[in-house]
Amino acid sequence: MGELADLITRYHVLLAFWMTVRLTTISALGALIIGTIVAVCRVSPVGVLRWFGAAYVNVIRNTPLTLIVFFFAFGVLNTLSISLADPHSPTSIADNNFRWGVVALSVYHASFVAESLRSGVNTVPLGQAEAARAIGLSFVPSLTEVILPQAFRGAIAPLGNTLVALTKNSTVVSTIGVAEIAYQMKNMIEFSPHLLYAIFLLVAICFVVLTLPVGAFFTYLSRRVAVQR
Amino acid sequence: MRTTNKVAAAAATSLLAISLAACASDNSAGGDDSNSITIGIKFDQPGIGQQVGSDYKGFDVDVANYVAKALGYDKVTFKESPSAQRETLLQSGQVKMVIASYSITDERKQKVSFAGPYLIAGQDLLVRADDNSITGPDSLNGKKLCSVTGSTSAATVKEKFADKVQLQEYDTYSKCVDPIINGTLDAMTTDNTILAGYAAQEQYKGKLKVVGKPFTEENYGIGIKKGDTELCNKIDDALDKMVDDGSWQKALDNNFGPADFKPDASKNPPKHIPCT
Repeated sequence: MGELADLITRYHVLLAFWMTVRLTTISALGALIIGTIVAVCRVSPVGVLRWFGAAYVNVIRNTPLTLIVFFFAFGVLNTLSISLADPHSPTSIADNNFRWGVVALSVYHASFVAESLRSGVNTVPLGQAEAARAIGLSFVPSLTEVILPQAFRGAIAPLGNTLVALTKNSTVVSTIGVAEIAYQMKNMIEFSPHLLYAIFLLVAICFVVLTLPVGAFFTYLSRRVAVQR
Repeated sequence: MRTTNKVAAAAATSLLAISLAACASDNSAGGDDSNSITIGIKFDQPGIGQQVGSDYKGFDVDVANYVAKALGYDKVTFKESPSAQRETLLQSGQVKMVIASYSITDERKQKVSFAGPYLIAGQDLLVRADDNSITGPDSLNGKKLCSVTGSTSAATVKEKFADKVQLQEYDTYSKCVDPIINGTLDAMTTDNTILAGYAAQEQYKGKLKVVGKPFTEENYGIGIKKGDTELCNKIDDALDKMVDDGSWQKALDNNFGPADFKPDASKNPPKHIPCT
């Protein structure tokens, strides 16, 4: 137990844990925003938008996350030199890695959010849309006032799954040097190899602490807010 | 219906038998016959240990082949041993030795034993060929430095220069090279042997240079199972022979000659540490 406590202080595990939490929450917000836009595109009456939504989902969902992370880190940041941080600040590398990591995670998971929302939209009976049109609402108000609120309630469970997946997938950005848990795990394995199993246990606990409550909360929420029909 | 079940059961049983047999051959260290040996090397480090097609090249590979031959093995099987897995591969007996730019440290000695060292390298800097502003670790103020997550070189830089330089860490050294050439990063740090390997690669020739002022001392040893002093002594004898008959120097020239890299002559070829 003393060794575990020593690991936690020596490798700033709490700081790394906090980094994982930050990556997850900010990326989840980003993914929710992009995903909602894509989902709206997919159900919109405009052909070009529908085509864009379908293309986004099909391309991004079928590309490995590692590839998307490298695209932003090497293609956009290193080759095109598009920086998201002040290049003269003393922490520009760490800032850029974190911000592009968030962008990559958001873009990738937005495709899953969009599909979850579309499945939510499909749970809303056609009569609801027809009723909205009948009282004179056009596409945008009928979507925001009638369809989407019900769709979100129907999509809570799959959105929870996506959030759990996002939490675990955040480890991929350790490959571009964001100091989260998987990054510190590599350091711990390298410099304290005699504690190998304690290290795995510690990292596993960190993730269980994050994902179990989230999963339980979303299951509860999906029952609580489900639309009774 | 009955026949189908029987056929399925038979198929499942034979599959199980095959997979068990596969496990059995995996577990015996060094392959099936006693005359073959499995050695862990790096697969992705030019000059040290690199897979080229179905062949392997590098200084560690030459050392591995020489030592294996001297110990009486005719066949060498190479297995990739990334930094983080070296101790586990030795402890579980999946490889007999690890020769993979493996620095001898006290932490590692708690889990494995070392023969050698067979080369003393030092941490150095790799920069753009036309960049004269970096002359050593002291001139890294305000520069952007690249290394690999979970490596001793990144840790050294963090301890000694952390307040002065920004550190970018990737999962492999290869990823550091392009950003340095196109100017996003300024330098890369690790053992001079590895840096020389990159500088010597055909596609980077003339674009990169090694600064040539090593600021640490890395003793490359041959990792073996903890406490195997018999094997350790045999390997040390083989290494002595390798230096005496000139193969050591030849291997050095073959692998690092193109990069114009020579390890510190006052320390190399190194003296062995006692086997424990």
